[in-house]
This record gives sequence, structure tokens and C-alpha cells, in this order.
Amino acid sequence: MVQIMGLTGDEAIAYAAKQSKVDVVAAYPITPQTIIVEAFSEYVHNGEVHTEFVCVESEHSAMSACIGSSLTGARVFTATSSQGLALMHEMLYIASGLRCPIVMGVVNRALSAPINIHGDHSDMMGSRDCGWIQIYCENAQEAYDWVLQAFKIAEDPEVLLPITVNIDGFILSHALERVEVYHDKDVENFLSFRNSTLKLDPDTPFTVGALCFTDYYFETKRQQAEALKIAPKVIDKVNSEFEVLAGKKYSQMDTYGLEDAEAAIICLGSTAGTAKAVAKDLRSQGKKVGVIKPWVYRPFPCDQLLEATKNLKALAVLDRAYSPGAPYSALCSDVVSTLYQNGKQLNVFNIVYGLGGRDITPMDLHAIFNETLEVAETKAVKEPLKFVGVRE
Amino acid sequence: MVKLQELTTEEKFTSGHRLCAGCGAGIIARMTLKSLKKPAVIVNATGCMEVASTIYPYTSWKLPWVHVAFENAAAVASGIEAAYKALARRNAWSKDVDIIAFGGDGGTFDIGIQALSGALERGHDFLYICYDNEAYMNTGIQRSGATPHGASTTTSPAGTKIPGKPEFKKDFIGICVAHGIKYAATASPAYWNDYITKVQRGLSVKGPAVLHVFSPCPLGMRYDSEKSIEMARLAVQTRYWPVYEVEEGKYKLNIKVPNPKPVIEFLKTQGRFRHLFQPQFEKELEIIQQWVDQNWKHIIALCGEI
Repeated sequence: MVQIMGLTGDEAIAYAAKQSKVDVVAAYPITPQTIIVEAFSEYVHNGEVHTEFVCVESEHSAMSACIGSSLTGARVFTATSSQGLALMHEMLYIASGLRCPIVMGVVNRALSAPINIHGDHSDMMGSRDCGWIQIYCENAQEAYDWVLQAFKIAEDPEVLLPITVNIDGFILSHALERVEVYHDKDVENFLSFRNSTLKLDPDTPFTVGALCFTDYYFETKRQQAEALKIAPKVIDKVNSEFEVLAGKKYSQMDTYGLEDAEAAIICLGSTAGTAKAVAKDLRSQGKKVGVIKPWVYRPFPCDQLLEATKNLKALAVLDRAYSPGAPYSALCSDVVSTLYQNGKQLNVFNIVYGLGGRDITPMDLHAIFNETLEVAETKAVKEPLKFVGVRE
Repeated sequence: MVKLQELTTEEKFTSGHRLCAGCGAGIIARMTLKSLKKPAVIVNATGCMEVASTIYPYTSWKLPWVHVAFENAAAVASGIEAAYKALARRNAWSKDVDIIAFGGDGGTFDIGIQALSGALERGHDFLYICYDNEAYMNTGIQRSGATPHGASTTTSPAGTKIPGKPEFKKDFIGICVAHGIKYAATASPAYWNDYITKVQRGLSVKGPAVLHVFSPCPLGMRYDSEKSIEMARLAVQTRYWPVYEVEEGKYKLNIKVPNPKPVIEFLKTQGRFRHLFQPQFEKELEIIQQWVDQNWKHIIALCGEI
């Protein structure tokens, strides 16, 4: 049973957090995430939730308070963007290192300087190696669905890792969309309250956050790596359980037209929606194109990528963030590494687009598809990395 | 005032930690835990107390203890308090637990002041204890906002031109009191009864409370380790460290010092001030005495003792 609501991406995330019965929200406002903290504040002030909302004085303290709450056994949610995520950076590693299953909405926004409030993925890519599971959404519906699933994945005793659910700033955060929401009772059946056995309780005292020198630090990091290795299995399980609630099945990677595509685009987030529309148009003209969209970016779904690319002749990797000085930007590095590791020959090129919220238009994507088809045919990549949509 | 026999003989902060002999932080931790009347959880900022008491897989703490980072003990305590409240609301928690956060002067006066200010303003129910050894002792004695004028540290060395730290110590309690909190106090481990009474008072008030404790440091202040308590007493008897409390905005002087020793008595026993006794820097000794006199006058005026 679903109910239809008109929600922005931010509102969809806040609504999912509310239905997830979070115990603590510690958050600080930042554009374009602000709607999330505002919406949640309303739930609190209208007595709709049991949640304790800690209106902290910075994102650094937001994540610090979240860690404290999570270690006390609470279900914890927060949200941020851009500079806020950067200010949290230090705490992100501690949240994963102390195995706190916090869920955070990250409303992706460019990083300063120059200051800019619009959407790109520089913020999350800057904290890519923080040890969190990272999910990217195409629209408000996906954001809502993934937040509900995220708590269940994060809190699984085999995982115990924090998760970011990413949406594109403004493009998704502020766009009003039709969202199918599930009844509270149904959500409750899917996701009960958090019940943590290890918590700051005077009856079962333990020390957490101890100093680990050369003799133990490496093992704790190795355990984290193991948890990320196990995570896909848990994600699959939660996706299946979610299917019972939602009647639709998520996975680690979304694909479109891959059954016969020879040329494809792989990208994260909302751009995939536009790419699918353009691909549909091209496919109706008989062009064999497709779209690959990793929902789960960390841990990187290597097996799914290999499966998705097995019949491709060319792949354009679209990065909405730039890794200065690197041969490829983040997503492309992962794609190329995965292909190379598995001895897979595929003509890949990297396109950096949309920095600072610069629009990527259907026309841009049309041209990229055509270029990818050309590469598929000629088997020659002219430029391994190029910028699209910028005045040169 | 508490009686010695009322204190528990149980050691919740156990021996075997790796703090230096004579370290004030260890004495303060032990006395704090002996003050407890209820179960408690400890949050520890990065610093000497933290690194020396929880070297994995060992711990000195026989109660729930958490360390997250350097600058955020107050924010972590906020999160713990929020969690207990929320869990109680859904009947998943029913215990009455005291929350105590420890930070050194670096983690409190400097890098942690924002998180502390936020937590005090939001009114979380916890006790923040700043053990002030007057420099970043854990990283090898660098100056902090709590380092007194003239003290030599590795980042305010006793140079030939600049004799130690040019600036003066922050009025930390003044900053805390300005937040309108119900209880704030200074203390010295040389006066155990006063200290324990204050820990208990701070824990009993609803909302945030702050203690600012002088923490003698043989390594950084440079004196013999058996003299720590003597040093903590001298700080009070020279009026260098006024011992007072502020309850609901009302100041009270807890230890009167009618016949103070000159501050030189305190300074001359510590290597960090040794350079000030060279003839070319002797005026610095007068400057420190003036600061002590002015600060004392300021505090006792607030306490209504003038």
C-alpha cells in the first residue's frame, strides 16, 4: 500500500528518516541540505516523533554528537552538504572506525573556492575514502527508498558501518516530485527500532576509542575492510526485504538498455535520468546505447559492472567531480581499475561535467552518446579525459 | 563538605596507566571517580589523560569510557545525553547516568571551545572538567590559551628577545559563566575536599556544569615529580589560582588567602619560569605579580569580598 506525496528530494529524505524512527538527529543547516533539518525540526516541534534533535553549532559537532549517540545505542541520522561535509571530514573516519551505523543525507554541492551552492559531487568524492558505504540517487523516490534501506544495512551486525545517501543539490534537493511513500505500519514491519547490544551502559562498561599503536591499528582497519566486503551480501538481503514492502527491487547498480547496447554512459545520481531519456530516444532510432548507474558507489560494485559492460564496445564515464592531476576522475578510475583487474578490454573515456551545478543538457548527452558510438566503431579513444559544457 | 570516610574505596580509575609520576591528570581522574554517587559515563578529549590510560588492549577505566577526538568532547557528551533522552522516550532506557567530559587546556581553551560553547548554550546535562596543565603537554609542551605570561614552552621559548609567552591566560570560567550555566568552579587537587564537593555539586545541577582544575605537570612545568600537590597548593596560596565557584551567577570564594605568598615562590620552583630570573627579564616577574593581583581583585570583587 502506498500513498502519493509531492516531496522535494530533501523532504523525501527527511520523511524517510522520520518513518525510520530515528532516536537522535544532530545537524547543522547548510544550503542545499537545509530543507532536511527544517522538515525534521517541524516533526519534533509538532510532537510527531520521539527523536531528540540536537541543533549543534557546526557540522563537526554534528558528526561528533552523532558518534556519541550512536555509541549509546541510538539510531542516528544527520544531513549535510559541501563545506559541511568537508568540516566533518575528520569525524567521518572516526564514525566508520568506531563502527557507528549513522545514516547521513548528503546533498551534493560544489566545494569552495569560488563559493558555489549548486550541485556537483566534489564534496563526497573529497571524502570518498572515509570508510562509509556511499549510495547515489537519481530522484526523490530513490532517496526516500534508500534512506529506509540504509538504516537496515548500516545497523546489520555484520556491517556496522555508516552510510551516506547522496542526492544532487537543487536538481533533486529542491525539485518537487511525485513520491510513493509507504504506510508507517508497513515501514515498521520492515524496520524496527535499533537494538544495539554494545553501547555505553554502566552495567556493561567498555572502553571505546582507545589508542591503537602499530600493534593493533592495522587489524582494526582490516576489520573495516572486511565489513565493506561483506556489505554487498547484506545490501542484497535488505533489497529483497525491501521488495516485500515496496514491490520494487533495488540492487547495487541500475542499468538501462544494456541487453543489446554497444555504447553506454555510466554516471552517478540525477544525470542518469536525463541520460536514460536521451538513450530511449536514440534507441528508438535504432542506436544501441545504454546507461549504467551505480546506486552503491562504495563498496564499488565490481561484479555488477563487469556484467553490465560485458557486451559493450565503448563506455563514457561521466564524473561530476574532478580529481586534479589524476589520470581519471574518481568514478572513471574505479571503472578502469575494475576492467583492468579482470582483463577486460573496453574503450573507456572520461568526461568531467557539471561542476558548480552547470547543467548537463539532453543535447550534451546526445553528443556524448554519439561520440561513444563512434569510439565503439573506430575502437579509438581520442581524448582519455575531457571537460564537457565549459567555456575553454 | 564531603568526609573522607564517605568516599568509596573502590578504584574505578585503576593503576597501571602510563601517565608520568606526579601527573595531575591521573590524580584528578581518580578523585573524580571517587566522587561519584551514581553510575557514570566518561568522555575524554584527546590528550595526556586519554593516551596514557587507554592504550589498546588495556584500559584504566572501570566504567563506560569513550574517546572520539581532540576538539569535541562536549559535542560527544551532547550526543550521549541526547541518546539517553530519546531511548528513554521509547522505553529502551531507564537508568540515571551522570555524564562527565574531561579535556585538557588545549582541548578546552583552544580547539574545543566552540564545541563546549555550543553544548553549554544548548543546556545538555553533563559535567565538563578541564584539567589545566597550562600547555599542550601531550605533544611536547607547546603554548596554549591557558599558558601563563612568561612561561617557556616549545612554541613560546625563552628566547634572548622574547622571554616565553607574551600573552596572558584566558578567563575561562568567565567565558563559561557568560553562557548562563548553573554551576562553574575552579579547583586545585591540593584541596581534595573542595574538589570532590564541586564534582558532586556540578553533577547534581540540572544542565551543564564546568570545573576548571589546576593540573600540575612535572614534565612541562619542570619540577620534581614528588612536588605536584605542593605545586598545586602553592598556586592557590600565592593567589595565582583563585579557588571559587559560581552558582546561578553568584560568585563565592571557597579558599581565602589572607596572607598570600609572593607569586615568585610559585614561579621559582618551576623550570618553565627559570629564564625570568635573569636580570634582563626581571621586570616580567613584576608583570606576573601585577596580573595575579589584578585577577585576584577581579575575582574577589565578583565574590563580594571587597
